[in-house]
Amino acid sequence: MIRFEPRGPVPVSRVLSVLVAAAVAALLLAAIPMAFAGLSVFGAYGLMVKGAFGSMFAFTEMLTRATPLILTGLAAAVAFRAKLWNIGAEGQLYAGAMAAVAVGTGAFGGPSLFLIPLVILAGALAGGLVMLGPTLLKTRLGVDEVVTTLLLNFIILLFVQMMLEGPMKDPMGMGWPQSEPILDEAALPKLMARMRIHWGLIIALVASLGVYFMLKRTVWGFEIRAVGENAAAARHSGIPVTATFVRVGLISGALAGLAGVGEVAGLKGYLTADLSPGFGYSGIVVAMLAGLSPVGVIIAALFIASIFVGADSMSRATGVSNYLADLMVAMSLLCVLVAGLFLRFKIRLVGAPAAKETAK
Amino acid sequence: MTAPVQEAALALRLDGITKRFGALTANGDVSLDLRSGEILALLGENGAGKTTLMNILFGHYVADEGQVLVNSGNGSLTELEPGSPHAALEAGIGMVHQHFTLAENLSALDNILLGTQSLATLSTARAPARAKLEDLMARSGLTVSLDARISQLSVGEKQRVEILKALYRDARVLVLDEPTAVLTPQESETLFATLKTLADDGLGIIFISHKLAEVIASSHRVAVLRGGCKVADLPTASCDQRKLAELMVGHEIVETIRTEKEAGRSLFVLKRIFAGQGRDALQDVDLDLKSGEILGIAGVSGNGQTTFAKVISGLEPIVSGEMLLEDQPLTHVDARKMIDIGLARIPEDRHHDGIVGAMSVSENLAIESIRKPENQSFGLLRFAAIRERARSLIKAYDIRCQSEDSPARLLSGGNIQKIVLARTLETMPKVVLAAQPSRGLDVGATSDVHKRLLAARDRGAGVILISEDLDELMRLSDRIAVIHRGKLSEANPTEMLDRSTLGLRMAGHDGEEAA
Repeated sequence: MIRFEPRGPVPVSRVLSVLVAAAVAALLLAAIPMAFAGLSVFGAYGLMVKGAFGSMFAFTEMLTRATPLILTGLAAAVAFRAKLWNIGAEGQLYAGAMAAVAVGTGAFGGPSLFLIPLVILAGALAGGLVMLGPTLLKTRLGVDEVVTTLLLNFIILLFVQMMLEGPMKDPMGMGWPQSEPILDEAALPKLMARMRIHWGLIIALVASLGVYFMLKRTVWGFEIRAVGENAAAARHSGIPVTATFVRVGLISGALAGLAGVGEVAGLKGYLTADLSPGFGYSGIVVAMLAGLSPVGVIIAALFIASIFVGADSMSRATGVSNYLADLMVAMSLLCVLVAGLFLRFKIRLVGAPAAKETAK
Repeated sequence: MTAPVQEAALALRLDGITKRFGALTANGDVSLDLRSGEILALLGENGAGKTTLMNILFGHYVADEGQVLVNSGNGSLTELEPGSPHAALEAGIGMVHQHFTLAENLSALDNILLGTQSLATLSTARAPARAKLEDLMARSGLTVSLDARISQLSVGEKQRVEILKALYRDARVLVLDEPTAVLTPQESETLFATLKTLADDGLGIIFISHKLAEVIASSHRVAVLRGGCKVADLPTASCDQRKLAELMVGHEIVETIRTEKEAGRSLFVLKRIFAGQGRDALQDVDLDLKSGEILGIAGVSGNGQTTFAKVISGLEPIVSGEMLLEDQPLTHVDARKMIDIGLARIPEDRHHDGIVGAMSVSENLAIESIRKPENQSFGLLRFAAIRERARSLIKAYDIRCQSEDSPARLLSGGNIQKIVLARTLETMPKVVLAAQPSRGLDVGATSDVHKRLLAARDRGAGVILISEDLDELMRLSDRIAVIHRGKLSEANPTEMLDRSTLGLRMAGHDGEEAA
């Protein structure tokens, strides 16, 4: 018989070493299908490391990939802290991107100093508003937000496709379903010449610190934590639970919207319906890997971005599918969750021999 | 009670039972004998290990050390397979849990037969079972209507079904966990009379309790557990309440005394309140709380107390009626407003509604006033002030914790209650609502709660004390009202009431009938 015994507080060094062990375990587990695919495991991992860190270009590509993941990871982390299960970061990302395109492609003119903040604000606002509906449905009518946010993703994606075939379609786009390009004055500047890395990364890092500060130091953060940990006690203590959910929903949606802004205004320059390869969903994994810590989100996003970028590069070199990256990410999440179990409980094998003796 | 049958055969022996949960030793080397025909009271405070011990006996838990030996009917003791409720049932051990394990939508007969017959049995095959039960009911006096659905039965009747379930399986040992917790005083008396009949018939009975009066009145022998260890095992005849209390607590007990005091003006008034739904709904409740008094609300649990507390806490809207504080009508109330107008609320379920376990002691002490200027400025938390205040409250209310930063869930029930008391009472509230404030607390923590409530009363606050413990109510309250099926009786001065009057009102008979 397996028995779980709760542990007391665990020192930080222990937590970190267990997390590293979990990552190593995930890579070992992922090595099994790699070996089946006929790869040399060390060679393949070597290619991955090279693909993510091997050159300045590789490194900046990895950071570029991490940028939206940090923001969608934050969106999930902050909402999950309040036990508001926002699974809709993907849709909110597209809503943010769409708003950025709407205000950034010539509807307004002016200097960068005006246009860039406008684009950012519009994207954040759109993402937040998308999350407002599910939050109100939850607080007013008790509708499960997992269902509403998840399904909204598809609605928004279809809406984007409709807009890209209709009103937002670029007349100069040779018939491709894509929007007009964002004005140069409205685009987020690049961080380095000839690289794709852009100011979205700075926004993401600032957002992480901002969320960290909010949760730790502000009344809003206090209320979010209280509602998330025990909504009944929070309500009993006079904390405005509904307002807190609405607030957290707006913040979460806005963060996901910012991810969309970064992708269109910082990277692609125009909106397409394949803007995001599932950044919204990966954000959930990032948040879980980070243990819902806003600063941990940065590290988790970098980890996942390295796997994605590294696996892409390895895939190009070896011809093995880059779905391997999804597998490794999933393995990491499972290993980290299991590690969490080990951190919270001592696991002992007991009881079985005693029972056998008496059975005689 | 009359002397136990010393020469009767051993029915059960617990031998050196030890059970640990992590660092906590729930039972340490406990040995216990039970003879046939004997009623053994297992006495101890909450957390003393009574329920754990009985769960080991019944196979819900496996002991780390020690064994359970049962007389399997032939006179010799054999070891019971650990961790198997099935084996315990086979060996003739019946258990009546504090929370009944009955299927609400099945009849009493179905519940009793559940697990003893295969599913495909025809209903005609039930005739022998019915006959056996009729016979059992006649002999024990445990009458229930076998064809009634469990959901239609009263709590006392459900308990009888549970006991019959055990007897039907030919139990030779019957264990009852806090059997009187849900009963009125009259129902409790009936239960103990029944248990006596059953014991005379040769059944060995263990009942768990922390109520001294019933232990003295209804057992042959009493075993006292404290901190997981057995500290006494005595014939009941040689004990009195005081001695048992001291054994249970481990030190002398100083009782809180209520001093006579003239009640003040009308403070908090409820007029014709209707609220809530179903069994727990309030029906036309009137209340007039004066300043400087403790108004007790007695009643068997589930008669509207929860809705009553929620209404006053601002968590349940009123359907109709009026609430007035110092003659000012209260409208559109919520929890925030109730706190702001000076109403302190001590919730019934302190773990669920009282604290946020994952947050620190200091955060829990500040949670009701987090938006007050002393705790924040411009939305930023004033950490230093919050922790400073926490430290002084921890000292003033003697909250035992490692530091103000430890998570509140690590604290014991008594200390969690002290957090709630500290943050609500130190704001000098006008009205205090205390719902089951000492439930589940040990004697020391209980007396602390009582002292705080009396202090609030003595400085002029009005205190509403909802409790299921008549002793607590009679000791603390200036007046007592009884709640039954959502209706609140008139509040009478405690001096004019006795236990049996209250008991009758709790069972739904009004004062005139009782007199």
